[in-house]
Amino acid sequence: MEVAYLIETVIKVVVILLIFSALAGIGTYFERKILAFMQRRLGPMNVGPYGLLQVAADGIKLFTKEDIIPSGVVAPIFKIAPVITASTAFMAAAAIPFLPQFEIFGYTVHPIVADINIGILYILGIMGVGLYGPLLGGMASANKFSLLSAARGAAVFISYEVVTGLSILAPIMMVGSLSLIDFNEYQLENGWIVFNLYGVGFIAFILFWIAAFAETGRTPFHLIANDHEIIDGFGTEYSGMRWGLFFIGEYANMFFISFVIPLLFLGGYGDGSILGALALLGKVAFFFFFFLWVRAAWPDVRPDQLMWLCWKVLMPIAVVNILLAAIIMI
Amino acid sequence: MNTQAFNDRNVNDSYYMVDIEEYPTDGWGRFKRVIKRTFRGELFVGLWVVLREMLKFNIHTIQYPLEKMPIGPRYRAVHEMKRLWESDAERCIGCGLCEKICISNCIKMDTKIDENSRKEVSEYTINLGRCIFCGYCAEVCPELAITHGGEYENGSEQREHYIDYNGMLTPLEMMTQGKQQEFEGFGAITPHEDARMKKTPLAY
Repeated sequence: MEVAYLIETVIKVVVILLIFSALAGIGTYFERKILAFMQRRLGPMNVGPYGLLQVAADGIKLFTKEDIIPSGVVAPIFKIAPVITASTAFMAAAAIPFLPQFEIFGYTVHPIVADINIGILYILGIMGVGLYGPLLGGMASANKFSLLSAARGAAVFISYEVVTGLSILAPIMMVGSLSLIDFNEYQLENGWIVFNLYGVGFIAFILFWIAAFAETGRTPFHLIANDHEIIDGFGTEYSGMRWGLFFIGEYANMFFISFVIPLLFLGGYGDGSILGALALLGKVAFFFFFFLWVRAAWPDVRPDQLMWLCWKVLMPIAVVNILLAAIIMI
Repeated sequence: MNTQAFNDRNVNDSYYMVDIEEYPTDGWGRFKRVIKRTFRGELFVGLWVVLREMLKFNIHTIQYPLEKMPIGPRYRAVHEMKRLWESDAERCIGCGLCEKICISNCIKMDTKIDENSRKEVSEYTINLGRCIFCGYCAEVCPELAITHGGEYENGSEQREHYIDYNGMLTPLEMMTQGKQQEFEGFGAITPHEDARMKKTPLAY
């Protein structure tokens, strides 16, 4: 049993790594195309049919580009920072059930690497660790703009993590477990958490959704790599695949958080049938699309506005929400 | 001197101040503004606008090397020398006006009397390295002989290489096909030229 379990886990890890590395690349293609269509442009068109091979061209470019370590940087930290971002993004995926369990050649496969009983806590914790990538990379870069960006990243981090943690407390109180599979079972019996408990679930959902934008550093809260300074924030001194790792980490994070939101609030994969699995993938696709949609529509906020939003608006709402949930459940 | 007439930019009385709400000064006012902005759904207007444009799929991209915009007739690119429609001979009569008017001194021409005792252009060069494409030569030319073309895809190590006199001349094949384009830019004949024609005053 031990050997079989080990082999199964290794295979699952490799499959998830491969699929989501590829998806991160294809995600950039989707992002460029959708942003282009929303701005009445065509986006990448020249490499391959409809620019489909643009991802491969970008990959070749990133892999073959010279890896420059500028003089003056703190080299070991500078080198390890992108690895932190990418690896933590994938580590967080260990506790996400991507599909309902299915049978293949009479062998039951659970498409989750490890169904640990602290599932969602582990996911959010590891995703939080991922912020050390931009933070350390920016601080080690010996560049004032990178340093500013790292400082902004830290400020944003302590703001949104509070909201993320508090907003999922109410659903956790309903379910009584941290495992995402238990979340799914609960919602199968009692309906989606979004509609549960007289709107408490809905408020928690909205709060978590807003915090997810900050968590992944997407546009309304795209403050870590600040576009206003024209340069790429913490990534200014990076080149080649080290910069590419930041990118893969960001996009993998987007996909994983797009899985987590439906699993937490929108019924997940339901009863585990093929229809349920497709429904989950549809929800994931919607949330991923919404990330791109928002990027085309909304402007960035200032760091102080984000902190105002998180500390003065969202956190009180989250706390009141928890109290409401507790009172209603008693 | 009274300069009020120059400083007063209100050309008429139809100007009015845009009605802008006062900024809130106290906390309660700011709170009300936040609530109003939160629930007025302005964010969703933005989302709808970009989604609508995506669904309409009215793409404005021109894929340049494959597709090109028509260039305006008044565009002043590298010069062209036109031929007469009747005889396919060069229109240039060697008057030298373009050489005289050229403000960057880039046109150089030489003329001689040919065997029919007509003036003939023996040498005509435009130094495109100096030319500023002002269009004066095309405007001053009495025969509409030198004009500007629309060819903007020039590439060379030096601008002098773009074109020579024979390259500027309309090719004879184009004349036989009747495809020479008349110039509509500076100095060209305007649509109402016939009505504006007057008799030449000879009685000086």
